Amino acid sequence: MLVSYKWLQEYVDVTGVSAEELAEKITKSGIEVEGVDTLNEGLSGVVVGHVLECEKHPNAEKLNKTLVDLGQEEPVQIICGAPNVAKGQKVAVATVGAVLPGNFKIKKAKLRGEESNGMICSLQELGIEAKLVAKEFSEGIFVFPEDTEVGQDALATLGRADQVLELGLTPNRADCLSMLGVAYEVGAILNKEVKWPEPKSETAAEKAEDYIKVTVEAKEDNPLYVAKVIKNIKVGPSPLWMQTRLMASGIRPHNNVVDITNYILLEYGQPLHAFDYDRLGSKEILVRRAKQGEEIVTLDEAKRKLTEDHLVITNGNEPVALAGVMGGANSEVSSDTTTVLLESAYFTGPAIRKASKDHGLRSEASARYEKGVDPKRARAAAERAVELLARYAGGEVLEGSVEADHLTAEPAVVSVTLDKINSVIGSELSMPEVQDIFSRLKFGASVDNDTITVTVPTRRGDITIEEDLIEEVARLYGYDNVPKTLPVGASTPGHLSEYQQKRRIVRRFLEGAGLYQAITYSLTSKEKASQYALEKREPVALAMPMSEDRSLLRLSIIPQLLEVLKYNLARQNDSLAVYETGAVFLKNNAGDLPEEREHLAGAITGLWENHQWQGQKTQVDFYVIKGILEGLFAKLGLEGKVQFSASQREGMHPGRTAELTLDGKVIGFVGQVHPTVEKAMDLKETYVFEISLKSLLEAPSETLQYQSIPRYPSITRDIALVVDREKAAGELEGIIAEAGGKLLKEVHVFDLYEGERMEQGKKSIAFSLKYFDPERTLTDEDITKAHDKVLNAVKEKAGAVLRG
Amino acid sequence: MQERLKELQAEALDKIAQAADLKELNDIRVAFLGKKGPITEVLKGMGKLSAEERPKMGALANEVRDAISSQIEARQTELEAAAVELKLAAEKIDVTLPGRPVKAGNHHPLTRIIEEIEDLFIGMGYTVAEGPEVEQDYYNFEALNLPKGHPARDMQDSFYITEEILLRTHTSPVQARTMEKRQGKGPVKIICPGKVYRRDNDDATHSHQFTQIEGLVIDENIRLSDLKGTLDVFAKKMFGADREIRLRPSFFPFTEPSVEMDISCKMCGGHGCSTCKGTGWIEILGAGMVHPNVLEMAGYDSKRYTGFAFGMGPERIAMLKYGIDDIRHFYTNDIRFLKQFSVTE
Ligand SMILES: [Zn+2]
Repeated sequence: MLVSYKWLQEYVDVTGVSAEELAEKITKSGIEVEGVDTLNEGLSGVVVGHVLECEKHPNAEKLNKTLVDLGQEEPVQIICGAPNVAKGQKVAVATVGAVLPGNFKIKKAKLRGEESNGMICSLQELGIEAKLVAKEFSEGIFVFPEDTEVGQDALATLGRADQVLELGLTPNRADCLSMLGVAYEVGAILNKEVKWPEPKSETAAEKAEDYIKVTVEAKEDNPLYVAKVIKNIKVGPSPLWMQTRLMASGIRPHNNVVDITNYILLEYGQPLHAFDYDRLGSKEILVRRAKQGEEIVTLDEAKRKLTEDHLVITNGNEPVALAGVMGGANSEVSSDTTTVLLESAYFTGPAIRKASKDHGLRSEASARYEKGVDPKRARAAAERAVELLARYAGGEVLEGSVEADHLTAEPAVVSVTLDKINSVIGSELSMPEVQDIFSRLKFGASVDNDTITVTVPTRRGDITIEEDLIEEVARLYGYDNVPKTLPVGASTPGHLSEYQQKRRIVRRFLEGAGLYQAITYSLTSKEKASQYALEKREPVALAMPMSEDRSLLRLSIIPQLLEVLKYNLARQNDSLAVYETGAVFLKNNAGDLPEEREHLAGAITGLWENHQWQGQKTQVDFYVIKGILEGLFAKLGLEGKVQFSASQREGMHPGRTAELTLDGKVIGFVGQVHPTVEKAMDLKETYVFEISLKSLLEAPSETLQYQSIPRYPSITRDIALVVDREKAAGELEGIIAEAGGKLLKEVHVFDLYEGERMEQGKKSIAFSLKYFDPERTLTDEDITKAHDKVLNAVKEKAGAVLRG
Repeated sequence: MQERLKELQAEALDKIAQAADLKELNDIRVAFLGKKGPITEVLKGMGKLSAEERPKMGALANEVRDAISSQIEARQTELEAAAVELKLAAEKIDVTLPGRPVKAGNHHPLTRIIEEIEDLFIGMGYTVAEGPEVEQDYYNFEALNLPKGHPARDMQDSFYITEEILLRTHTSPVQARTMEKRQGKGPVKIICPGKVYRRDNDDATHSHQFTQIEGLVIDENIRLSDLKGTLDVFAKKMFGADREIRLRPSFFPFTEPSVEMDISCKMCGGHGCSTCKGTGWIEILGAGMVHPNVLEMAGYDSKRYTGFAFGMGPERIAMLKYGIDDIRHFYTNDIRFLKQFSVTE
C-alpha cells in the first residue's frame, strides 16, 4: 500500500510529525514501512506555461517552435518535439536552470538554428513511471486543465511535492489497504481522531429501485450488495488532484467514472464496480455461482470458462462480471456511457480467491476481497462515490439504493484479564494504561475488576481472541519498553543426540582428511534422480515442478557432487575433494511420506598430494579414498567391521568398485566413476563413495576399554605368498587371521609384486604377521606352531605357495 | 735427559697447535706418545740414572706425556667442533621455501553458522530436533494454524508432491511433531535446523532450497520478555556484544503476538547507511508467542502453557556476517568460495 503523506492528512492530524518520523513510528508499532519516496526529490525549476504560439520548426520536420508564457514579463521560445503540442495548451515547462531526474540540467540551447529556452515535459520526464501515465499523454507532453494558473510550480500542481510511504502489509492487516484504515493506525499511534468524509449529494426525483432489482442467490459468498444508479453521466477526465493522488498510489488515471471507483477503493478500501446501465441488457442484477461451462469475456478481452466455484454477477441471465475480480466487456463503461449502475458489495474471501487463482487475475479489488474487507463499509463507500460522480462526472444520483442485505457480521467481543496481558508480555501495565491503548485504537472497551472487554470494530477482522488483544497492547505499549528476561523454571540439559554428535565427528574427520563440505540441491532432473542410487527405488516426483532440472528428489548425492566437480574443473580448480551429508528420498506407497535416509557421499579427483617445488605429486586413486573411509570407520569404532568387496554398479568402473558391508548388510559403495561417465561430464579420473549414514552411525561400536601396554615383546614374521592374480588380498588376510589363532595380533600387507619375474597369471603378496602374548614372552616353538598353521591354511584354502 | 723431555714437550705442543685436522693430530699422537715415540726412547735411557734420580725423571716423563695428551684432547675437541660446523654449513637449507601442505577441508559456511547457533542454544539448555524434509500438509500448515485456504499460505508458495504431501516450507513442522510427541507436557526447549523449499526462481536473493533454524520454548509462565532476553543473548553472541536488538510487530499465523527482530547496523553504528537502507537496523529473524491454536492442536492446555518460537535463515546470517552478496554461492560449491570459511574466528 502506497500512502501519500499529504492525502493522509485529510483524515488524521499529523502536525509536527514528518513523513520520515511517521514511517519510523508506524514501523515500530506494527506495519513495516519499506520506504519513504519523496516524489520531487532532486527536481526543480518546472513551472506551468501557456503555449501562445506553435508552428513547425523551419528546419526540422518533427520539431515545433513554440512561444510559451511562463508568467514572467516576456514569453520565451521553446523548441518541442512532442507530437501533441499545440497552441493554447497549459504545459509543464522545465525552465533554463531546471533539474530533471537523473540530474539532467536544462540549459539554453540552439536546435537546428533556433533558440530554445527550456523544455516542455512529459510526465515520464518528470519522473513518473510510464505505466502510471494516462493513455492520452503516454506518447507526448502532459497537458494541464485549461484553468490552471500560469507560472506556478508545475510539480506541486501535479501533486509531486509530496512523500509516499510504502507499507509492507502482512496478510492480517488488510484493514490498512485504505487511507481510512491507515488513518486509524496512525490515529492510534499519535493519539488523534479520524476524520471521515461527509458525503452530501442531491438526489433526483427518480428512484433507483425503479431502475434495478437486486437478488443474491449466493448469500454466503455475497452477504451484502448495494446498487446505486446515476444518470446523465458525462465521461471525461477526472480532476487533476484525483489523478495525481491515483498516480502517487500506483494507479493509472483513466476517466472520471473509473478514477472515482479507484479513488474510493483507495480511500475506503471498498472495491466498487461501475456498469454501463444501458448495456446491462436487463433491469436486474442476480448474484449467483456460475454454471459449469458458462463463459464470460472480461474487460481484458479474455474469454474465461467458469465453474461452479466462481461467483458471477449476472443480468438475470448471463454473467456481466466475475464478482470481485473483473467486470465483463459486455457492460463496460465507455466514453458514451450516460447511466451508470454502481456496485458496492461485500464478497467473502474464499469465493474471490478461487476465481482469482483459477483465472490468474489479481486486481486491486480481488486482493482486498481475498484478504477481507470491512463488511460494514459498502454503504458509506457507495454514498461517497455517488457524491464524487455527481460532482466530477456531472451525474444525477437517483434516490435511494437497492440492496440485498444478508449481512450477519457483528463486531467481535473479546475479553482478557490484566494479569494475562502482563504475564504474556512480561510487563507491569495498569488497567488505565491498557484502557488508553484501546481508546487510541477506537475500540470500545469496558472494565469489570481485572477484566477488560473489548468490542472490536468490523474493520479489524484479524482480532478474534485474547492473544490478538494482547498483541495490540504490546505493539502500542512499545516493544522497546518490554524488559529482557530469560525463561525461569525447570532446567533442561542441553545436548546433541548421539547420532548428531557422531555426524559432527564424521564431518570433522573428513575435513581433517582434506575434504570440503558441499551442500547441493535435493531436487534434480529425471535422468539424475536415479543415478548411483544405493538402493534401486522409484524417485519422488513433484506434482508441478518449476523446471525439468528440478522435478524429482534425489536418490543419491553423487550426481550432485559430480556436478560440483564439473563446475569447478571448468574454472581451473582441478584438484578437488568434496563430501556432503544429506537426505535422499525413496518413494513409498501412495499417500505415505517417502522414506528419507541420510547419506554421506564424497567425490575426489586430481592430485592428492602435490608438493610442487619438491616435485612430489600423487594422483588420487582407489586406495586414497579407501584409506579415508577406513580411517573414518576406525574413528567410529568400526575398525575391521566394514568389509570391502569387489562389486559392479551402473556408472562405476567395473574393476575398481567395492561394496561396503557392515554386519552382512550393504551400507554403501566406493570406487572410480565409469570412464565413459567421466568423459561425458568432462571429468578426469574421479573416485566417489556413498554410504548410508544412519547404518554407519547407528551400528554398535566397541566400547572404549583401556588395554594395558604390552610388557612382553612381540615377534614379527613376514611371509611372501605366490597366488593367482585374481585372489583378493582381503581373502588371504581373512584366512591368515583365522588360522593364526589368538597369538596373532596383527596382519597387514606390506608388499605386492605383479611384475615380469612372476609366472603368468600369478602375483606375489607379502604379509607381515605380529605374534604376541600379553602374559609371557613367546618362545620360538610357540610361534613356529602358530605360523605353520597359517602356512598350511593359505596353502589349502587359497593355493598359496611360499615364495623362496 | 730432563732437557730432552722439555724439548719434546715444547715441540709436541707446537705441532699440536698447528695440526689442521684430526688425521694430522692422530699422527702427532702416534709420533710422540706411541711405543716407538721419542718419549719412550728417552725413558729407555733411565737405566743409566741413579736410584735417586730415577723416580724424579719418571714423574717428569709422565708429566710431559700428560701435558701432550691433554693438549691433543683439547685440540681434538676443537677440530671436531670445526668439522661439525663445516658439515652443518654444507647442510644449510632455504627456510623461506614453502612448507609441505597439510590437507584440510572445512565446514560449509551454512554448517558453520548452524553449528554455532546450535552450540549457543545447547549452552542455554536446548536440544536439537530434526524431522523430515518431505512433510504432510498437516504438520507443515494445518497444525501451525494455517488451515487450507488461509491467505497466509500464499506467503510460502510450496512444492507439492500430492495434495497432502509437500516439501516443507519451513522447519516449523519439526516443532509441531515435537510438541505432539511430548503429549502436552513441558518444558520443551528445542532448536530445529534443516533444509526447506519454496517455489522461488533462483536469483541473487532467492533460492528454491535454503536452510532455516528455528527455536521453540514451551513451559508454564513463558513471557514475551523471555523471548526478547533470549534473542538479545543470541544476537550479542552471534554478531558482537556491542549490537543492540529491537523487536517490531509482525505477523505469522503460528504466533500471536508476532515480532520481527532487527539488530543495529554494524556498518554505520545505527546512524543509517546503504547496508541498512538508512534505517540503522537490519532485519534478522521472525519470532513470537506460540499461537494458542498451535498449542491446543498439539495437545497443550493454552491456559496453562505459553511458549515462544523464533526462526531465522542461516543464509541471511552468513551473508550479513561474512558479506556474501549472492545466495546462489551457497549451492554452487565453488571451491574458491568454500575454502574461505576455514579460519577460526
Ligand atoms: Zn547502516
